[in-house]
Amino acid sequence: MPAVSKGDGMRGLAVFISDIRNCKSKEAEIKRINKELANIRSKFKGDKALDGYSKKKYVCKLLFIFLLGHDIDFGHMEAVNLLSSNKYTEKQIGYLFISVLVNSNSDLIRLINNGIKNDLASRNPTFMNLALHCIANVGSREMAEAFASQIPNILVAGDTMDSVKQSAALCLLRLNRMSPDLVPMGEWTARVVHLLNDQHLGVVTAATSLITNLAQKSPDDFKTAVSLAVARLSRIVTSASIDLQDYTYYFVAAPWLSVKLLRLLQCYPPPEDAALRSRLTECLETILNKAQEPPKSKKVQHSNAKNAILFEAISLIILHDSEPTLLVRACNQLGQFLQHRETNLRYLALESMCTLASSEFSHEAVKTHIDTVINALKTERDVSVRQRAVDLLYAMCDRSNAKQIVAEMLSYLETADYSIREEIVLKVAILAEKYAVDYTWYVDTILNLIRIAGDYVSEEVWYRVIQIVINRDEVQGYAAKTVFEALQAPACHENLVKVGGYILGEFGNLIAGDSRSSPLVQFNLLHSKFHLCSVPTRALLLSAYIKFINLFPEVKTTIQDVLRSDSQLRNADVELQQRAVEYLRLSCIASTDILATVLEEMPPFPERESSILAKLKKKKGPGHLPDIDDARRNVNGSTEHSENAEAPKTGSNHPFTDLMSVNSPPPVANSLLVDVFSDISTPAPVDVCEENFSRFVCKNNGVIFENQLLQIGLKSEYRQNLGRMYVFFGNKTSTQFLSFSSSVASQDSLKAHILSATCVLSPQLNVHAKTVDPIIEGGAQVQQILNIECVSDFTDAPVLTIQFRYGGALQNITVKLPVMLNKFFQPTEMTSQDFFQRWKQLGAPQQEVQKIFKAKHPMDSEVTKAKILGFGVALLDGVDPNPANFVGAGVIHTKSTQVGCLLRLEPNTQAEMYRLTLRTSRDSVSQRLCDLLSDQF
Amino acid sequence: MMRFLLLFSRQGKLRLQKWFTPMTEREKKKIIRDMTSMVLSRQPRSCNFLHWKDLKIIYKRYASLYFCLAIENQENELLALEVIHRYVELLDKYFGNVCELDIIFNFEKAYFILDEFLMGGEIQETSKQTVNRSIEASDMLQETMEEYMSKPAF
Repeated sequence: MPAVSKGDGMRGLAVFISDIRNCKSKEAEIKRINKELANIRSKFKGDKALDGYSKKKYVCKLLFIFLLGHDIDFGHMEAVNLLSSNKYTEKQIGYLFISVLVNSNSDLIRLINNGIKNDLASRNPTFMNLALHCIANVGSREMAEAFASQIPNILVAGDTMDSVKQSAALCLLRLNRMSPDLVPMGEWTARVVHLLNDQHLGVVTAATSLITNLAQKSPDDFKTAVSLAVARLSRIVTSASIDLQDYTYYFVAAPWLSVKLLRLLQCYPPPEDAALRSRLTECLETILNKAQEPPKSKKVQHSNAKNAILFEAISLIILHDSEPTLLVRACNQLGQFLQHRETNLRYLALESMCTLASSEFSHEAVKTHIDTVINALKTERDVSVRQRAVDLLYAMCDRSNAKQIVAEMLSYLETADYSIREEIVLKVAILAEKYAVDYTWYVDTILNLIRIAGDYVSEEVWYRVIQIVINRDEVQGYAAKTVFEALQAPACHENLVKVGGYILGEFGNLIAGDSRSSPLVQFNLLHSKFHLCSVPTRALLLSAYIKFINLFPEVKTTIQDVLRSDSQLRNADVELQQRAVEYLRLSCIASTDILATVLEEMPPFPERESSILAKLKKKKGPGHLPDIDDARRNVNGSTEHSENAEAPKTGSNHPFTDLMSVNSPPPVANSLLVDVFSDISTPAPVDVCEENFSRFVCKNNGVIFENQLLQIGLKSEYRQNLGRMYVFFGNKTSTQFLSFSSSVASQDSLKAHILSATCVLSPQLNVHAKTVDPIIEGGAQVQQILNIECVSDFTDAPVLTIQFRYGGALQNITVKLPVMLNKFFQPTEMTSQDFFQRWKQLGAPQQEVQKIFKAKHPMDSEVTKAKILGFGVALLDGVDPNPANFVGAGVIHTKSTQVGCLLRLEPNTQAEMYRLTLRTSRDSVSQRLCDLLSDQF
Repeated sequence: MMRFLLLFSRQGKLRLQKWFTPMTEREKKKIIRDMTSMVLSRQPRSCNFLHWKDLKIIYKRYASLYFCLAIENQENELLALEVIHRYVELLDKYFGNVCELDIIFNFEKAYFILDEFLMGGEIQETSKQTVNRSIEASDMLQETMEEYMSKPAF
């Protein structure tokens, strides 16, 4: 029999639990449970009304059975009945059953709500607490709807007991997390802030959690909390440890509250008010000082609580990133922890230093710890600590230490845990590329990577090395020589065969002069690996062979023999067979000239974000990757970007197709220069169709116009101040369009025509339009290319005027072309500090344009994100203290100038409104961008 | 915010589960499986923190029981360890030298104590005295030992 120490116990329950524990097998347990379920069911169904105690006992047994992992499909009703019992123990079990077993969309919610309602109205604090707990535990929408308006009142009412206030605050916090729309701000918000001054530290702790959450959503409403929090924090850190009585935890004054207050302060930038700011700095200094004092207790709890506050203070210091002395002190403190005997502290120090490494002020200070970190990588017993060391090395890497760090990571890779190898491979590949001064080092590093951890080298990594070799002439010969040597190894990884096949196929000629690597030797070397490789690699090798035929006519017959063999021509794999057949045929019938044209050297790949960086980001999630400072690290983080509107901008998105297809289309020759703002004769327009215009603000492709005869589709790509638009005219009829013409003009010049006055505007936008075929066959599509150059900022979009004859009638169509200022955006990543600095610099009233408007579409944050990215700016994470807001930055490129733009979008889901603020150095730009973007939500 | 708290034995038997956000039974089972296998396979004297998906897992072993607490990414790891410790202290105070059996046989009490201490994934009351007072107060509302012994044993 178990010891029932206190209070009640349900004897029947204890016996049942003993029985279950005595069961020798799973089957016996199930049998016993089924017996009990049958018993309970019969009791519940019996005619005799059960007394409260029995009901409680049976409900509790059901709960136990459920917690053992068995399904329970009855008893809910009885549990709900217990809520209305006036016996505390029965009520308590009823609530426990509900909070464990009733999920948020149960039909019982209405009945439960009734019980909760009664208990909230009971004025009995114990009952009220049970009810509030239940709301927080179940977290159902229906429950939230029923009580969300009532709880703030309970929280701020003068006569509410402290313990109920605590429950109410946390219950409200839970509701606000779950259904923020149901928790409207109101006059109670101001009174909640003042709970920070409450006498009862438990109330202050709960209230601080609530305020932090509310402040993240609407920082402006809770600004006053900053000074109160600083004051409270200051009182705590300077208090003697006994002042706070039971809120002192192992000689540390109110650690939970201190950490909560520091978290609250992390929602706001450093205080502007000098006195407040210095008081906060003092607090932080005191916390840092305390770390140096001898411990008041040897207990680990003491050091944990103390260091918890210290780490939270360091987080705040790093986030504010404004006090160089504090940053350096923080860094030194973490440096001490790096060598601490507590594994936990070493782990946390490595983690915190990662964020510290991205601040300009402390980057150098972090770098001084490189040897300790490398040592941690070698000696730590715990893989998760080593993982943090890898992260930190990655974060502290710059040009000065890249070679050392990459070498250390490579050597660690040989023994690294399998679980983290792929990530290390990605990191090494990224660092090697980013900090490569000479690319021979880069090539060596990647080949080493493949040698050491070939299985963990993902496609992105070897695609990338090929892209880089192709784009840099100076390294091609070296690359060919190195892969040739690496392939000599008797056993080499398939990834090496891929890289080798590709590089020798492209650049084998650069080493063919040496008799030791003559074409035939190269070919035999590659072909010796062929049979051990998978189908995709064999396919790649076949392509390398046909390139060999082009590069080295002397091995043509050897290769043709290989292609002709049955194992190729009759290969069961259709891809291999097809390649063999086609390559063989090509080599037989094509003249050398044609072969040389078909197999011309790959053109350079367009420069863009490394696909491996994107992969690492995806793998770790944005939060995990230390922020990489744009200025220092030169990474343009437009990962998500390419998925949305801008896919065509960088050509094809898939790296594989990139490798295989010729990329950028050749420049358009013979185009007709039309300066759209000059006076050109255009037939008087009917009316300009602009109904689809605004859809193109955040995207580049789609249908801009459609009627019964004609469909006009657009595909556009922009880079800096240049753009190219492909206009597709589709004839929807079965009859020819005759005398088809299409030309571009500015809207102003059209207006000018109507007013029959000549209008000379400064040419802000040039559009070169290529002429189109005058006939479009029925059902056919023709394409027109427009080359666009943005000379300076502009407002009006050009229009496209189309004329053609259909069945004798002359058709006139005029369409406003979606060429807007925002198309010339280049996204800019920046740290939160840079952002705020620039934001302040652009503080003149005419530089800011703000607009508050009603949402036209459902307020989905993912959609909003996609739209902002499509708009062309970089979306900056973690800049705005409120995660619901969006902050973006970009530069508009025009020929004459560049205009930096910052934007902030604050959704208010309750009111279904947005506030959009734009700051740029030019008022006309701010206004135009604001008009364009505000129309999108 | 804390997301969930699990107590399990060295054999991987789950003794207590508390979920602070709504989750389906399937998700719960998956998490329980992941946590037990991850935590039980850790070497002794490793650090007490793990990354798991977008959460931090803080675990600590007390006698035969593992306490495993999942917190969101920006939360403080060291303090989470002390949340676990404070809960152990509360159990200890209530049961007097708590052991695994106390939690098995009085699982509902373990939940009640937890509910006085944490709510909605946040700390509600950090004072040991205050929590104990309210637990004792509610015990006063319950039956005496004699009443207990006179109860039917089925």
